[in-house]
Amino acid sequence: MSTRTRTAETVVPFEEVMRRFDPVMGLEVHVELNTATKMFCGCATEFGAEPNTQVCPVCLGLPGALPVVNHAAVESAIRIGLALNCEIASWCRFARKNYFYPDMPKNFQTSQYDEPIAFGGYLDVEHDDGAGGTEVFRVGIERAHMEEDTGKSLHVGGSTGRIHGADYSLVDYNRAGIPLIEIVTTPLTGAGERAPEIAKAYVSALRDLLKALGVSDVRMEQGSMRCDANVSLRAKVSDDPASVEQAAVPLGTRTETKNVNSLRSVERAVRYEITRHAAVLDSGSPITQETRHWHEDTGVTTSGRPKSDADDYRYFPEPDLVPVAPTREDVERLRATLPEPPQERRKRLQADWGYSDLEMRDVVNAGALEVIEDTVAAGATPAAARKWWTGELARRANSEGVEVTAMGVTPAHVAELDGLVRDGRLNDSMARQVLEGVLAGEGGPAEVADARGLELVQDDGALEAAVDKVIAAHPDVADKIRDGKVQAAGALIGQVMKEMRGQADAAKARALILERLGVS
Amino acid sequence: MSALSRDDVAHVAMLARIQLSEAELDRLAGQLDQIVGWVGQVNEVAAADVPPTSHPLPLTNVTRPDEVRPSLAVEQALAAAPMAQEQRFAVPRILDED
Ligand SMILES: [Zn+2]
Repeated sequence: MSTRTRTAETVVPFEEVMRRFDPVMGLEVHVELNTATKMFCGCATEFGAEPNTQVCPVCLGLPGALPVVNHAAVESAIRIGLALNCEIASWCRFARKNYFYPDMPKNFQTSQYDEPIAFGGYLDVEHDDGAGGTEVFRVGIERAHMEEDTGKSLHVGGSTGRIHGADYSLVDYNRAGIPLIEIVTTPLTGAGERAPEIAKAYVSALRDLLKALGVSDVRMEQGSMRCDANVSLRAKVSDDPASVEQAAVPLGTRTETKNVNSLRSVERAVRYEITRHAAVLDSGSPITQETRHWHEDTGVTTSGRPKSDADDYRYFPEPDLVPVAPTREDVERLRATLPEPPQERRKRLQADWGYSDLEMRDVVNAGALEVIEDTVAAGATPAAARKWWTGELARRANSEGVEVTAMGVTPAHVAELDGLVRDGRLNDSMARQVLEGVLAGEGGPAEVADARGLELVQDDGALEAAVDKVIAAHPDVADKIRDGKVQAAGALIGQVMKEMRGQADAAKARALILERLGVS
Repeated sequence: MSALSRDDVAHVAMLARIQLSEAELDRLAGQLDQIVGWVGQVNEVAAADVPPTSHPLPLTNVTRPDEVRPSLAVEQALAAAPMAQEQRFAVPRILDED
């Protein structure tokens, strides 16, 4: 928590901003590689280990310790570069980024400066065009470079800390030295009012790509993928954000919002900064070039640190490491290991699952592609998997403001639920109640169904008795059905379901009613 | 021509968190400027076909396999810390960040 006062800043409604300004974004994504060891030493990289149990003289920066580059990390970096359509440097070096901050015990971070391993690429990002279709926005990739992650600090205030009257930061260096790839976009122009969505779509597409490459866990909630969003505004001079006239307008001053750590927040943070910039500019003040902190709970950013002399990092080539010079043969060998590009994979899955374009778009927008694939693999029908993940579960996730995969319901749960429905044990409304129970943490679907006593009555005798009773009680409706007004059966089905206290198969009840009345 | 000014030295000293007196600044600015000048002489003898180097050995691609090696025991890791608390390095609180 910041010690500074948080004052609510003025914002201009987004639609109004879009009438007068053109937004420009730059996105920096840091992704931790899933190598077994750190970038420059053999320490393990396991998440959640006890503090300072995965550290050694190299990653603690002890005198005389020498770093050696992790071969697998370099290969992952090259594969990421290739998947992002980048050129791969034939020769590049590491550099020291010097700064004083206790998250790096060495007082510098080993990074790359003007010689990144990969540069000059792009990623095509599909997004909703707002008119029922899909558009492709090409995100320019300026560079992807190798570096190391920093340690984690825990701040202990004087009033709460164990050391009375003192303010301390407690540092765990387990994360210091974990291989990190920083992927930097070019300034993204031409997005117009779609900018916040495109920011989210890009991070989502990048996450899918990195997952398909198998180079990272890409868990935003655990911090293995983090996004910094740069935003600036310039005057709008054309209704077409991609026009030549608009491109000629100089860029405005930007702010950098740090550590935006969920897909939803990427969109919200970009949107918020756009509306805040407009209010500052409208008041006649200049934008301060500064770091902003994103607050997930309140959905606003607050002022961090302005750019200062201390941001002079005095980069210089790392004297303890020799250059990385991948041969063309190495690069081509790694290119041959690239997976099916996510866009092509989507096309293939759509054909396999028999979804319409509209259905597929909803699935992609809900971020449910992976989870549906896993659910189908666990035995559900593609139709049922889609129905649950983009229906009930997506609605619930949306209202609670969490990712659909973060609610405690797994693909195996949904597949099990679908199995219970297909076996005739549950009808649709009962399945919904079972899902409620799973969401409430009452256990797996079968367990919840048992505990809540939810089971379709399989005894046809009971159903037949209920049908006969309802027909006898509604002779007028029965006559209508006999005369061929089959749609009138709906009223009787409702009555039968009521008799059965919901625990019957409605389709079966309908068939039985029609059979009894001689119209089947 | 002076390559390194007194202001440059003061700036670098600030970045390195080294406090220098006015007298030290005067003395060091002169000495450092001389050192930079001497190193700069390399440029005079380096021909266009000699690329800059950051390493004395003509090596590339020195890597290690991605295999876990034992880390230090926590007591060893924290032994050099001026202060430790909750198995972590305790440092003065950093004021300019969240
Ligand atoms: Zn280590």
